[in-house]
Amino acid sequence: MTDTLKPRDGKDAEAAVQWALAEGKALELVGQGSKRAIGRPAQTDLTLDLSGLSGITLYEPEELVLSAKAGTPLAEIEALVAAKGQQLAFEPMDYAQILGAFAGRGTIGGALAANLSGPRRIKAGAARDHFLGLTAVSGRGETFKSGGRVVKNVTGYDLCKLIAGSWGTLAAMTEVTIKTLPRPETEQTLLIRALEPQRAVEAMTAAIGSSCDVSGAAHLPAGVAARIPSGEIAGAGGAVTALRLEGFAPSVAHRKRMLEPLMKPFGDLVSVGEMVSQALWRAVRDVTPFAASRNGLDRPLWRVSTAPSRGAELAAIVAKRAEAQMLYDWAGGLIWLALDPSDDAGAALVRRAVAAIGGHATLIRAPASTRAAINVFEPQDAAVAALTKRVKESFDPKGVLNPGRMWAGV
Amino acid sequence: MSVAMPPPDRAVLARRDRIAAALSAIVPGEGVIAGEREMRPYESDGLTAYRQLPMLVVLPETTEQVSRVLKYCHAEGIKVVPRGAGTSLSGGALPLADGVLLGMAKFNRIREIDYDNRVAVVEPGVTNLAVTQAVEHAGFYYAPDPSSQIACTIGGNVAENSGGVHCLKYGMTTNNLLGCEMVLMTGEIVRIGGKQLDAGGYDLLGVITGSEGLLGVVTEVTVRILKKPECARAVLVGFASSEDAGECVSRIIGAGIIPGGMEMMDRPAIHAVEEFVHAGYPLDVEALLIVELDGPQAEVDHLIARVEAIAGDCRAATCRVSTSEEERLLFWAGRKAAFPAVGRISPDYYCMDGTIPRARLPQVLKRMRELSQHYGLAVANVFHAGDGNLHPLILYDANKPAELERTEAFGADILRLCVEVGGVLTGEHGVGVEKRDLMPAMFSEVDLAQQQRLKCAFDDKGLLNPGKVFPTLHRCAELGRLHVHAGRVAFPDIPRF
Repeated sequence: MTDTLKPRDGKDAEAAVQWALAEGKALELVGQGSKRAIGRPAQTDLTLDLSGLSGITLYEPEELVLSAKAGTPLAEIEALVAAKGQQLAFEPMDYAQILGAFAGRGTIGGALAANLSGPRRIKAGAARDHFLGLTAVSGRGETFKSGGRVVKNVTGYDLCKLIAGSWGTLAAMTEVTIKTLPRPETEQTLLIRALEPQRAVEAMTAAIGSSCDVSGAAHLPAGVAARIPSGEIAGAGGAVTALRLEGFAPSVAHRKRMLEPLMKPFGDLVSVGEMVSQALWRAVRDVTPFAASRNGLDRPLWRVSTAPSRGAELAAIVAKRAEAQMLYDWAGGLIWLALDPSDDAGAALVRRAVAAIGGHATLIRAPASTRAAINVFEPQDAAVAALTKRVKESFDPKGVLNPGRMWAGV
Repeated sequence: MSVAMPPPDRAVLARRDRIAAALSAIVPGEGVIAGEREMRPYESDGLTAYRQLPMLVVLPETTEQVSRVLKYCHAEGIKVVPRGAGTSLSGGALPLADGVLLGMAKFNRIREIDYDNRVAVVEPGVTNLAVTQAVEHAGFYYAPDPSSQIACTIGGNVAENSGGVHCLKYGMTTNNLLGCEMVLMTGEIVRIGGKQLDAGGYDLLGVITGSEGLLGVVTEVTVRILKKPECARAVLVGFASSEDAGECVSRIIGAGIIPGGMEMMDRPAIHAVEEFVHAGYPLDVEALLIVELDGPQAEVDHLIARVEAIAGDCRAATCRVSTSEEERLLFWAGRKAAFPAVGRISPDYYCMDGTIPRARLPQVLKRMRELSQHYGLAVANVFHAGDGNLHPLILYDANKPAELERTEAFGADILRLCVEVGGVLTGEHGVGVEKRDLMPAMFSEVDLAQQQRLKCAFDDKGLLNPGKVFPTLHRCAELGRLHVHAGRVAFPDIPRF
């Protein structure tokens, strides 16, 4: 059991990093620890628990901005903005189910550090696209800020982008400002049944390449669809391809009328209303068909990002050589890939498929021993790896913050 | 010119002929320009108040040439200033007397259009509008639309993170990119991202975007293209006060409506524009709002009715809805001609670019009127109302003694005011040389040092576009020095478990 430091405010956090720097200690950064099992097992001496930095400090719905201390629970922020008819448009996923943790946990700092997103990624982007400003402590033990509290700003380097998705390896965020957006008035989802993956990708490509403003496009092969907790989805049996329409009611109805004839050639169509649609997309977002079983014998789970039109092709390369199950989101651009357990969690095969098609793969779920032995994040070519290392050193020259979580030596 | 640039390196200038010969070997033919007259077109960018002839101009055509030019300059300690079309409004492409100006205009090909993945792969010298023109026959377009879009290039858009009137709904450049190829100052070529929606690893693309040519030279860009909305209609609303107009904007957003564009003009801007364009703008109002709704027909009709109702509730003095495409374009014609219209009524004008929390608009406008009296210079305001990006246009005459200096002082006061009310120095035009010395109004020394350390990770000798963005230049070794507070940290105070 390692020691835990729990700062009460930004000053404490700064002092903690300064102390670690002076003592030559490495810190593991956590909020509520909901994504702790992702990445290479960290070689750290102490835990820096930032969940004490909590509270929403500014929310102006009409300016579309919200500021909060980094350890503020994401659920608290989502509830507050929902009460004002708004949302975090990047639809942050909850890793709890696939990691076998408690649902609904996680902090805003964690959501940004992991650059979370969801099915709406195809339209609204990821956390990085909604990250306006930050105050953080670098691995040098210095508190710095970047960005601002307005939605349009190009003053200085956009360090928010760099911190988003850096998994706590560059700086410990203490306060952040994000963009909020109106919540859609309603939603509907159009379902096409029994498509093969390649055909499903073609349907999704046609749908999101239309003017119908589709805000979610996912394909669930038969065995995967069966695990969606909804009669309309699982009950019918077979594969399901889902296309989401969100917005004002007259607009959703109009776009549904436009989308139906476009999708007709692919198969029979069924549409589901708000309740079922919401449940379906939450399940897709959180990848619940691949939820952890809690017996510790879960199959390795990969998250693969590729050119959407080539998603099925990439998955087929893997499926030819291994027992694999897939869930396709982002019109084929995001593939969740569950493989049978093996020494390398299927890394050699997955990396080969990614190299052939393009994109990158991250091993999201695997035993710690596996994550310590292989590359969890996509290996980088020499020039990008060297640049990545120099960027890390510019923020954290002594490797105080989450050293090695993304790559050895970073 | 009232901005100090890094002192020219005499040793480099003394070697000018040899450098020109070495660069000519890398970029043969007419790739190196050394004659004063031929270099004259490159002496300034869109911020014409600042001028400087470069030591040499180099116009490479291939990534390999860019790589070799940079590698050579890195080895020889020669500064490099990258340039796209030279439309920067902040002096981002202002040459250095001892620097090579690296013009990227010959990188003007569209390499690939992939409708299935909704991307275009383009070279950085392709103009913003050319991307849309290349895909519009298929019903697609490239969303960011800075007002210089006919001339400005994608490479420049990446450097400046350009916006435009539609960025509240569709985002800035940074939200519309998926990948790039970039050459570092050492000549190393790095590829980031691709056609997938997220790049793996650190978001290097995110930090290159808006880095104002200080981190690397982009040689290829993968941009997202979007399907064109089914239709667009605009509402033109006049108000007796800027407060009413501001309230209307807030209520529209509060109603969950994100318009495709939402622009505001103040009285001086309305009058200048109407005299020039005859768009039918009302002249007896203090503020004019253009609200454009785009999307499916049913959605646009539904929202136009709601916006009309909100405008009525906010005491609109006039309200007109476009009934045809011609009328919609006429509403916009005025706004789009705002800069030249102001140019007609004044010998010169200086365009500012701060962003403020929108609720502070009436206070900012009032203070701006006071400043206008204080400096004896008129100001007209156009405003991207949805996102709080304010473009005050200061009217001046460069031929009058000291008037430019007074204008710059007035401009600096406006930007400090933006920061004071919770806003920022620049919403879309960049810091460049123009706002460089104002950076301390927004950032502490620690903030600026961290940004410069990041630059060191890309450009260890500080040779790429130095003198821009940062008010004080530090050597990387000095920035990297670590002050460890051994034994002096009040660690025991922190709760520990």
